[in-house]
Amino acid sequence: MFKRILIANRGEIAVRIIRACRELGIETVAVYSKADKDSMHVQLAHEAICIGNSPSSESYLNIPSIISAAEIADVEAIHPGYGFLAENAHFAEICESCQIKFIGPKPESIRLMGDKAMARQTVSKAGLPITPGTDVIADQEEALRFAKKIGYPVIIKAKMGGGGKGMKVAHNDGKLVSAFLTARTEAEAAFGNGDLYIEKYIEEPRHIEMQILADQYGTTVYLGERDCSIQRRHQKLIEEAPSPSLSKKTRKKLGDAAVKIAKAVRYENAGTIEFLVDKDENFYFMEMNTRLQVEHPVTELVTGIDIVKEQIRIAAGEKLGYSQEDIHTTGAAIECRINAEDPSNSFMPSPGRIDKYVPPGGPWVRVDSHVYAGYVIPPFYDSMIGKVIVYGHHRHEAIATMARALSEMQIGPIKTTIPLHLRIMNRPDFIKGKVNTGFIDRLLTQTQTQAKKEIHESV
Amino acid sequence: MNLKELKEIINLMKEHGLSELEIEKEGFKIKLKKSNGQYIAHEEGIALPKASIQQPALERSQAPAASQPQAPLGNEVIVRSPMVGTFYPAPAPDQAPYVNVGTMIKPDDVLCIVEAMKLMNEIKSEISGRIIEIMVENGTPVEFDQPLFRVALP
Repeated sequence: MFKRILIANRGEIAVRIIRACRELGIETVAVYSKADKDSMHVQLAHEAICIGNSPSSESYLNIPSIISAAEIADVEAIHPGYGFLAENAHFAEICESCQIKFIGPKPESIRLMGDKAMARQTVSKAGLPITPGTDVIADQEEALRFAKKIGYPVIIKAKMGGGGKGMKVAHNDGKLVSAFLTARTEAEAAFGNGDLYIEKYIEEPRHIEMQILADQYGTTVYLGERDCSIQRRHQKLIEEAPSPSLSKKTRKKLGDAAVKIAKAVRYENAGTIEFLVDKDENFYFMEMNTRLQVEHPVTELVTGIDIVKEQIRIAAGEKLGYSQEDIHTTGAAIECRINAEDPSNSFMPSPGRIDKYVPPGGPWVRVDSHVYAGYVIPPFYDSMIGKVIVYGHHRHEAIATMARALSEMQIGPIKTTIPLHLRIMNRPDFIKGKVNTGFIDRLLTQTQTQAKKEIHESV
Repeated sequence: MNLKELKEIINLMKEHGLSELEIEKEGFKIKLKKSNGQYIAHEEGIALPKASIQQPALERSQAPAASQPQAPLGNEVIVRSPMVGTFYPAPAPDQAPYVNVGTMIKPDDVLCIVEAMKLMNEIKSEISGRIIEIMVENGTPVEFDQPLFRVALP
């Protein structure tokens, strides 16, 4: 087992990893940017090393700085968390060449699955369904030809993209042509690569993903699915395990498919395979995330498995020690991502000082957060300030617990998305489990219409 | 250019008894100089347009050579480390330090070495002044922005 690990990340996930390490008796080394001097992960780690100025490019994405820190702190492994360098194959390679264990899959797996177009090909070759789509398309003409063949609507995606960024839906030829050009420019700017591919756009599907774990000896298992259909602009807001409306048969099919895909790329460590599921429970491979995910806690609560500890154990060369038959999911778990944004004002970011912070408590409530009263949210990084996760013996209980927990949570004076989550917990559609990726847009449109109506009526 | 490639180049230099080598590539320039048994690398990054997260940061590094003095306290500035690594006050263990207390320095003078990933990076001064205090001991790890020298301004 490792004696010392460096966490190449910040915020709530750095805290999460430090907690797992502490429980395993592993010393922790935190790295931080100047802006994160007072951050919780810095305070909790055994040792902390400043690696650069505030911008991510100079700090959390600064490979030489992070590797230098790993060397002077004499660590044996690096946990990359999620985001930042977690899916950077080059970083994983550099760790290897410096004899530092990268806690994650092999660089080849990251590379293969990081190329979204190639990932689709690999999965298709393994005999599994992918959304009808193309390889990299050269120009608008090719795009138009494909759309004609497969039918609108279609969605344009960046080959090197991911995380829901840079995707454009087109419902007709005109939109397709203009979207194509914009998408190319955006992809170049965001991912340094303007290559695009197109897929048939499945309307209002459910986004269901399958968590897998694989050790270095070929044992690969799935830990059950998560339903992440509640998204705004392809960014997840709420996740739950299990999916509220998935048949047992489809669940097993998804699980087996996920394991097959992981084995096809000789995957090691934790990973998640994302599928789109339509209303007839046809499913299609979307992409694979070769890292720990933000929403991993819901899977942990229904399986009793600590995914971060498993990542560390696997990387340390331990056998998983259990097989698919040993994994059982019970109950239901829901996670709400709390962002420092104002939902009543176009989700405007709300950084700044947190004066009041009262987290929820009570049975089966878990809070994964790095903030505290007096903490100043820096403007340089993403706006997620914490996650509230609850467990219930069944879904209705989980919803009631989440509503209760959110109502007692206090964060101020900054704005957060807590009010939005509360509204969702009370929505009949959500309570019935009737969710798909169109849910949030419908809710927000209704809000606008309602607000306008109220203004109109009051005049 | 990655670490493997750099190590290979250094080995080649050793093999063929080269003492100086300069390589210029798109967006990147590196000079390797053998100085009394140590290989010292001087990197210069040519500023690239803001590009993707995917590109290896090694190829994109800006010139780390110069330290950034803090706002002066009275007539003093603190020279801070521009990188993470190990501090060495001299070019080699058996050599005299670059500066001592009392040394007068001017811009571009080498103040010390910060070793990172087996490369010896020369840290150069951006200012003129007199060294009042050397704030780090030989061979200690330093982090980004760590105070290295207290300098009296002229």
